[in-house]
Amino acid sequence: MTALPLISLRSVSRTYRTDGIAVTAVRNVSFDIAPGEIVAVMGPSGSGKSTLMNMIGLLDLPSEGAVHLEGANVAALSEDRRSSLRARSIGFVFQSYNLLARHNAVENVALPLVYCGVSRKERLARAEQSLQAVGMLHRAHHFPRQLSGGEQQRVAIARALIASPLIVLADEPTGALDSRTGAEILALFAALNRTGQTIVMITHDPGIATQCRRTIRLHDGELVSDETVAELLPRRSAAS
Amino acid sequence: MTMLQGFQIALHALRLNPLRSFLTMLGIVIGVASIVTVFAIGSGAQLRLQEQIRSIGANVLMITPGAVYQGGVRLKDGSKLTMTEGDVQAILEQIPEIQAAAGSLAGTAQVIHEGKNWNTTINGTTTGHFMVRDWQLASGRYFSGAEESGAGKVVILGSTVARELFAPGDDPIGAQIRIMKVPLEVVGVLDRKGPAQDDVAFVPLSTAKLRFLGSASNINRDSVAYIIAKVAADGQMAGARAEIESLLRQRHRIPAGQEDDFKVQDPAAAMEAQQGAIRTVALLLVAIASVSLLVGGISIMNVMIVSVTERTREIGIRRALGGRMRDIRLQFLCEALVLCLLGGAIGVAGGITLSMTVARMAGWVTSIDGEAIGLALAFSIATGLIFGFYPAHKASRLSPIEALKTE
Repeated sequence: MTALPLISLRSVSRTYRTDGIAVTAVRNVSFDIAPGEIVAVMGPSGSGKSTLMNMIGLLDLPSEGAVHLEGANVAALSEDRRSSLRARSIGFVFQSYNLLARHNAVENVALPLVYCGVSRKERLARAEQSLQAVGMLHRAHHFPRQLSGGEQQRVAIARALIASPLIVLADEPTGALDSRTGAEILALFAALNRTGQTIVMITHDPGIATQCRRTIRLHDGELVSDETVAELLPRRSAAS
Repeated sequence: MTMLQGFQIALHALRLNPLRSFLTMLGIVIGVASIVTVFAIGSGAQLRLQEQIRSIGANVLMITPGAVYQGGVRLKDGSKLTMTEGDVQAILEQIPEIQAAAGSLAGTAQVIHEGKNWNTTINGTTTGHFMVRDWQLASGRYFSGAEESGAGKVVILGSTVARELFAPGDDPIGAQIRIMKVPLEVVGVLDRKGPAQDDVAFVPLSTAKLRFLGSASNINRDSVAYIIAKVAADGQMAGARAEIESLLRQRHRIPAGQEDDFKVQDPAAAMEAQQGAIRTVALLLVAIASVSLLVGGISIMNVMIVSVTERTREIGIRRALGGRMRDIRLQFLCEALVLCLLGGAIGVAGGITLSMTVARMAGWVTSIDGEAIGLALAFSIATGLIFGFYPAHKASRLSPIEALKTE
């Protein structure tokens, strides 16, 4: 791993203060993610996974320490700059898909480009390409309620990919899916990673973590292990 | 995100809930429609008055018959013609401030030229009448001295009558027309003065008496129905009026303490006062209509606040996908603006329809000017900005992390 890290966390802590009580959700966590990696962040609920994801996704800032995206300290950027950076560099995939119910699939996929200043015509053309990449072009004009959970998650992945982000952040992407559909979605992520897409997947499911070359484990907000498996091939073939 | 994209998103959101959107903008619709209607009726009334004031001419006094007692019975004003041609002469000769004066007798009759005929006012007067009213000729000439004294069979037409009796290419000058079987030669056509004033035909006073009105019982040889007199300068109006009053009292032999049998009026001043009153009433009505606009604005703010709460998750998603705070603010501000603009446009259309209906049904003159429409639309844009800002600001301040957690 000689490449410049895409994301680098240095002694990151995040403390929330509610009603005068300080709760530390993430404590002194450091790691780097290089371009092209696929990383699972694991831990039981309450271990600080979501807080970590919010910080990597530029939705939140650390109380202590620093998050660097491509070498730049994100805390030094204005709120607006972080938002613009989010539009271009981060692709979010959520457990509950988070598609806008009142927009059809292709409009949902095109949404991030609205905030990149792309014209409507180009937005829709690129959205169709992105839908094609996840095998959902035939459902482009369906509304989320007309799609199954797996289909909605594919649309959400197409949306995450549309701006060619540096990193796709997936928060329990299979958490709401049955195991077969979940496996399909995981295969999709694996395929994306083979094309060079950097992916960070947050999960509490050890089965998913085994699909990723690298696993970061959190417990009570602290990093307990960061392992990279040399050989992933046998496991992937076992799963498929 | 651009303004245009903001409007696209806003239109999309509002289309999804058409009934709610319409009810939300109803206050604006009603407010703007009332403002446009009130403006249209008010400025229509003012236009009509201005036209009348213009048509009378500047610095004109009008003397009409007043109350008369006949054997102890008080008769209606004007029921007896108390003014005479002698009064006209006396006013002209004895009051230095008076530049011109003329007596008139008027009635209505059918005027006929070849195959066409038209019902209009026949005004018997002297050339002085046109001097008092600053009324120029479009073509031809005024009455000559001989025609005035010798009941000449001549007529000067108002532009409406000329238009109704003659084809566009025809020159009315020199043509023969008939009024009550009397053939008259057209010697002049007057300039336009306004629709209500141009529908008239003037004949010499002596002609009117001899040929048309001679048999009427309340007319003696010398009577005129009213006198108009032009005062030289603005500042002399009150003085001239007092002098006319004392001159006529003396001529009519009215003893001290008894009521005048005539009235001297300054029609322009009376109309100006009326105009002021109309303006006041119109402003009052606009103020009331503005309250409706205010209520409409509050209803928009209310619905927008509810909408922001309902769409908290959408806001969170948009923020996560790269929407800046100002993009969210613009999106909700655009929604409020679109509601107000759409409401304003419907209101303008409704106001125009309403004022045209009023104009047709009540026979009032209404005038829809761009200024009133612009003002109403400006008001609705301002309403959208003022009442849309708070909900939009609130939406933009939501924490994306919290917003994503809401169900």
